[in-house]
Amino acid sequence: MININELTALEIGEKIKNKEITVLETVDAFISQIEKVDKDVNSFITVDKEEARKKALLIQEKIDSGEISGPLAGVPIAIKDNISTKGLLTTCASKILDGYIPTFSATVIDNIEKAGMITLGKTNMDEFAMGSTTETSHYGETKNPWNLNHVPGGSSGGSCTSVASGEAPVSLGSDTGGSIRQPSSFCGVTGIKPTYGTVSRYGLIAYGSSLDQIGPIGKDVKDAVSLLSVISSYDEKDSTSVKRDDYDFTKYLVDDVKGMKIGVPRDYFTDDMDTEVKEKIYSAIKALEEKGAIVEEFNLSLVPFAIPAYYVIASAEASSNLERFDGVKYGFRAEDYDDLHSMYKKTRSEGFGSEVKRRIMLGSFVLSSGYYDAYYLKALKVKALIKEAFDKAFAKYDVIIAPAAPTVAPKLGESLKDPMKMYLSDIYTISVNLCGLPGMSVPVGKSEGGLPIGMQIIANRWDEANMIKTAFAYESTGEYEKCQMLKGGEA
Amino acid sequence: MSKQYETVIGLEVHVELATKTKIFCGCSTEFGGAPNTHTCPVCTGQPGSLPVLNKQVVEYAMAIGVATNCDITPICKFDRKNYFYPDNPQNYQISQLYLPIAHDGYVEIEINGKKKKVRIHEMHMEEDAGKLIHDEWTNSSLVDYNRSGVPLVEIVSEPDMRNADEVMAYLEKLRLIIQYLGASDAKLHEGSMRADVNLSVREVGTEEFGTRTEMKNLNSFKAIARAIEGETKRQIELIEDGRKVVQETRRWDDNKESSHAMRSKEDAKDYRYFPEPDLVPISISKEWISEIKEKQPELREEKLARYKEEFEIPKYDAEILTGSKHLADIFEETTKLSGKPKKVSNWLMVEGLRLVKENNMEMEDIHFKPASLAIIIDLVDKGEINNQVAKEVFELVFKEDIDPEKYIEEKGLKSVNDTDELKKVVEEIIANNPKSVEDYHNGKEKAIGFLVGQTMKAMKGKANPGIVNKLLKELL
Repeated sequence: MININELTALEIGEKIKNKEITVLETVDAFISQIEKVDKDVNSFITVDKEEARKKALLIQEKIDSGEISGPLAGVPIAIKDNISTKGLLTTCASKILDGYIPTFSATVIDNIEKAGMITLGKTNMDEFAMGSTTETSHYGETKNPWNLNHVPGGSSGGSCTSVASGEAPVSLGSDTGGSIRQPSSFCGVTGIKPTYGTVSRYGLIAYGSSLDQIGPIGKDVKDAVSLLSVISSYDEKDSTSVKRDDYDFTKYLVDDVKGMKIGVPRDYFTDDMDTEVKEKIYSAIKALEEKGAIVEEFNLSLVPFAIPAYYVIASAEASSNLERFDGVKYGFRAEDYDDLHSMYKKTRSEGFGSEVKRRIMLGSFVLSSGYYDAYYLKALKVKALIKEAFDKAFAKYDVIIAPAAPTVAPKLGESLKDPMKMYLSDIYTISVNLCGLPGMSVPVGKSEGGLPIGMQIIANRWDEANMIKTAFAYESTGEYEKCQMLKGGEA
Repeated sequence: MSKQYETVIGLEVHVELATKTKIFCGCSTEFGGAPNTHTCPVCTGQPGSLPVLNKQVVEYAMAIGVATNCDITPICKFDRKNYFYPDNPQNYQISQLYLPIAHDGYVEIEINGKKKKVRIHEMHMEEDAGKLIHDEWTNSSLVDYNRSGVPLVEIVSEPDMRNADEVMAYLEKLRLIIQYLGASDAKLHEGSMRADVNLSVREVGTEEFGTRTEMKNLNSFKAIARAIEGETKRQIELIEDGRKVVQETRRWDDNKESSHAMRSKEDAKDYRYFPEPDLVPISISKEWISEIKEKQPELREEKLARYKEEFEIPKYDAEILTGSKHLADIFEETTKLSGKPKKVSNWLMVEGLRLVKENNMEMEDIHFKPASLAIIIDLVDKGEINNQVAKEVFELVFKEDIDPEKYIEEKGLKSVNDTDELKKVVEEIIANNPKSVEDYHNGKEKAIGFLVGQTMKAMKGKANPGIVNKLLKELL
């Protein structure tokens, strides 16, 4: 008997098309896995069982009649809870959006629905995508399926664990500073952060508008790339959306890196990194070299400046983006208040968690008059310099290979004690957002302790082609455990 | 008061643009819908919604910028102005601070034949806020977001004005330019044009500016004039008393003809402006600017010059007619239909203005079909109705936009031109008024007027006065 939960999304799509399995069977298989293991791993904030089953029948009809025929038709998907879903609770894992049901769907939701995909539910995350561990959620922490005492990474923790633990074949996350790539690395799945402007942000509840991108997460490169092709589109509703010549990225799924120039930044592989992480990535690079890629080490420069620049810009935008959560129009409102001002104050004090408040305060500070030039403007200048450094690198190399994180997944409860240290662990991922580059994380093995390690592949803006080719060529070199099927009761 | 003081005034003028849809979404800008019916996720600040700029807003702003001699910013950007208030659904307003669409312009005003330039510092685009409605009955406040996202431009002048007359002339000039461009109806009393007055006083001869205050809530030309007078007096009194003018925002109460402080500079909000990341910079090419220039309609000065050349109407009339784009449109359309500019102008200047005044209207409120006036003029010229009837009919056209021909037909108001019929009546009048007849024969020319009047009365006003006159002279 086939275990549907272990199949890739493309395999599921194929089997549905061949009538080996039905859409409802597929949806039921994932719902039953969620029922079995989600109390341990906590990937989901909301599971939309009934609606998913209803949709399954509807999609089955459309597949049978030939109305929908894409490779992911009938495939279920888990959605990060900061992506608006019409009629379905959307919380950003925050108390302040308690009970908020959007009146419209994000453009990516329209896109997956057109492809015949079925939303299983909404996944857990760091509150408003601020965090690297999925521990700041109002709905409790998510755990790493490979070891339930460890964090899954974040902020798209729930989306990554849902794929890793067989609760969903694929999922959508969002990436503002590494929120897809870092948890993908920690959970042993493949996650892509596309070039800024490739996937519409309409309906994505903003954290840092100039940095946010929605991206796909899958069990392997093929799944992630196929899903990327589904969600990418030019969208008139998003002014930062850019019309690209082609949205079919699957054509780059070719096992050929002959002559591909790979740059490896010396200043990324420092002594601060775990040796195990470093070694696994080096051996992956070696495997690519053996396939004909030309590998060269180089100095990227400016690496330490990315973190302060990122936290200034992201927090500044966040402080403004989160102003709309004020208790007036939707979501949570504090119970007792005397006047408008006290309603605002109490609602926001009670509604936001401490990490969110920390970033709102930081962002408000750097934008306040007298500090704007010293912090915000300076951060923009640093961003421009970092962009130049990457431009220089991409003049020489087709892709850059880097870690996704300096370590494997930390233990639960460790990171939030020292937020500064947590921020510093974003060092390899944030520059990609600052420069609008595409980046992805692919699994390259596991630590001795059994925790996954990911490798990050970064390409120039609009050059997903080389990034995908490199990832696919690497994946084709060998096997890795595609997902950690939990049986339930592991905790 | 021994010292001589001078008032220094700069204006911030908000103008609501005449686009059909809002600045960042497709919702209607139409007035008067039920609360929150002209709204969508964007203009109510729903999470995840994003603004998309309405190109027409940029084109109107460019047109105003060009017509006010501004430099248009080749790459302009939007910024967020952050402040919490429930009428502002995102709690930030999308506006322009760092790179506004237009800057460094001027308009020329004329006071008692003397020309003067009032410089424009900058002009920017922004969105309007919603409206709070306080319900005393339930002791709660409700928000209507129908106005949220209606496009505005704010025109900021340099402190170049010295008295209320100059301010009025400047506002009038802006209003006319904007109306002629069709960028807004620019009605001060309806709020589609609003002005805040920045005012300071200084001793005549001083170069440095005094401390200024900003006056808000001025919704008529008269209120602005009174506020300028009141604030000038208040500031001079403070200085004369040896006290200081505090830099603050004040609210004018036109009923009390006084103002009170709203907030001082110390309480001024820190708006934490920063570039709006959801919108991309607008790149304005020279070609685009030329296109806007080419599309620029005839402005007031050009129209005035053309009227002098094309129509033989007095300068004063031409000034009044072109003083409202709407009135000028009515004049031109009626003239086109009737081919008699002088008569059209006369009707509008005499009867039209009388009715506007009597009914306490603005020129913009005039709504009748130009064809109706053309018909009335034509009927008078053909002698089919007399002047008295024409005036009566025009009043109804003006007030109720009736169909003049149908009305004249139904009420039987056509002049009686039948000489035989009139002759009988005139003979009767002569027979019944021997005294007047005698007076006439004794050289009292005026007596004939009385006899005409009597005839008209007998004919219920419908007689052709020319024929009646002629008949009387013959028969007498």
